[in-house]
Amino acid sequence: MIALFESEGWRRFAANPLSLAGMSIVVAVLFVAVFAPFITPYPKHAAAFVDILNASQAPSAQHLFGTDVVGRDLLTRVIFGYRVSLLLSVVVLVIAVPIGVTLGLVAGYFGGLIENVIMRVTDVFLAIPPLVLAMAIIGFLEPTLMNAMIAVSAMWWPWYTRLIYNMTRSIRTEDYVAAAQVVGSSKAHILFREILPNCGPSLLTKMTLDFGFVILIASSLSFLGLGVQPPTPDLGSMVADGGDYLPDYWWLAVFPGVAILLVVLGFNLLGDGLRDVLDVEL
Amino acid sequence: MSSLLEVSNLNLRFQLHDGVAHILRDISLKIERAERVAIVGESGCGKSLTVRAILGLIRQKRARLQGSIRLEGTELMSLKPRAWRAVRGSRLSMVFQDPMTALNPVFTIKDQLVEVILRGGGAGSRKAARALARDLLEQVAVADPDRVLHAYPFQLSGGLAQRVLISMALANRPDVVLADEPGSALDVTVQEQTLQLMRDLTNEAGAAVLLITHNLGVVREFAHRVYVMYAGTIVEEAAVETLFSNPIHPYTRALLEAVPRLSGDGLPRPIDGIVPDYLAAPAGCRFSPRCAWAQPDCGNPPPTIDLGGGQRVACVLAEAGKSPQERTP
Repeated sequence: MIALFESEGWRRFAANPLSLAGMSIVVAVLFVAVFAPFITPYPKHAAAFVDILNASQAPSAQHLFGTDVVGRDLLTRVIFGYRVSLLLSVVVLVIAVPIGVTLGLVAGYFGGLIENVIMRVTDVFLAIPPLVLAMAIIGFLEPTLMNAMIAVSAMWWPWYTRLIYNMTRSIRTEDYVAAAQVVGSSKAHILFREILPNCGPSLLTKMTLDFGFVILIASSLSFLGLGVQPPTPDLGSMVADGGDYLPDYWWLAVFPGVAILLVVLGFNLLGDGLRDVLDVEL
Repeated sequence: MSSLLEVSNLNLRFQLHDGVAHILRDISLKIERAERVAIVGESGCGKSLTVRAILGLIRQKRARLQGSIRLEGTELMSLKPRAWRAVRGSRLSMVFQDPMTALNPVFTIKDQLVEVILRGGGAGSRKAARALARDLLEQVAVADPDRVLHAYPFQLSGGLAQRVLISMALANRPDVVLADEPGSALDVTVQEQTLQLMRDLTNEAGAAVLLITHNLGVVREFAHRVYVMYAGTIVEEAAVETLFSNPIHPYTRALLEAVPRLSGDGLPRPIDGIVPDYLAAPAGCRFSPRCAWAQPDCGNPPPTIDLGGGQRVACVLAEAGKSPQERTP
């Protein structure tokens, strides 16, 4: 850890205040999301809960973000909404990245028919507007959190296939790949131990940037009523529901909206900072 | 008794959009145990492709490789991929031209050396492999092996990285080391050291070397025997002394005359013309369009004439003892 803070890379990263701001936002959001039940004084408000006497109250000392139309603390809902968003992002990347990376490595390394099949299928996915594709998948299934994750993953892997495919195409002609072939390395070894580690910086940067974008897309889906269903708190559906009460109960839509903005901005600034330090092109 | 490594009638063609490029034409060469052999020729003559073909590294979909590559009588061309890999891991190895691209930038030298040793079965355990890696670095005259082991390739100088490559190539005591212009990406003194090191170590280990180079000075110092390549064909084969004292093929002679010298008179003589387009290579002798002694017969594939003493020349002029210098262009 100490070594990290003394490294040249960290020095360059820390020299950019925007990168530091991004990292601070991300760390703060992760912290409140992980420790949500201990941070908010109203953990019960995250689920189905009604306190009609305190309904639709404007922001105050007791309820910093105000309360919603059934009297739940909005700050609590936003913090738990982060939990859902982050969980969704993690699951989507855990599904999409290995699939995309493996297909990209295989297509880039072997070429020929395999490459054509994989890359043309990838192109088909990339040609469909992402939100439309996800809506189609959810419309076909049912609007649940799980299906939202599947739908977003289905539209996310092609980007990784294309990124890794392009990198593999250029790395496979490097001498150290030929050297690995000369010592008799297996194809799996060459793909995952020689080529993939060299994609690491680009992959890390893209994943960081995507963390924010996945939250944005997932929020868009639930804004449209196709994602997380009540009573699970979700930032996108909170914005949608709060929109009905604008402008009188403005806090209902504004605070969840700002929360989305903040986390997406945080991951973007962090990702840009990493991109500069790791010197990668996406 | 078969040779250690014997390549016969190797042909390499690439199917391109506008035709078939016949890159290597009937390459035949052999290497005996502990022999140092050089392939010399100008850029683009197919030296590197020959070595890559021997190592099975030609994998483009459009490539067609035909012929025979035998290691102690075992045909490599027909081996299954798994068996092929085993041969490459332990019996053949390669030293690459540019040490900075031949090492994977994201792993330490130790990781890469240990990997090579374990793959070749040179050590039973990871611990033994680590000890062996250290020994190997000492063998290639690395002054502080412990620092080098923990370094990443970009932290090493070119000369140091080149030595690491040599130690990798020798790690599993191969029978044949193929070297593609080792050190030519480095400055001349380091290149010289590299070649000396390779000569000494392969001598000690009893390994044969196939060296690719375009530098005739290197050939003279390093090799026992030489193959001269031109445009994907072998035009002359001879022991080093013979080649320099009695070159027969017009291309070999032109090559020797093109070497700059400190003593003697006048400038080196460049060879007129350019290497032919492989898509429309001459059917007969590929050097004939540039040859001062070309004659109608050169339109047919030249016969390979054995002049005795291990010297073989692919030229009609060598027939009946007529060497080209007896004729005037």
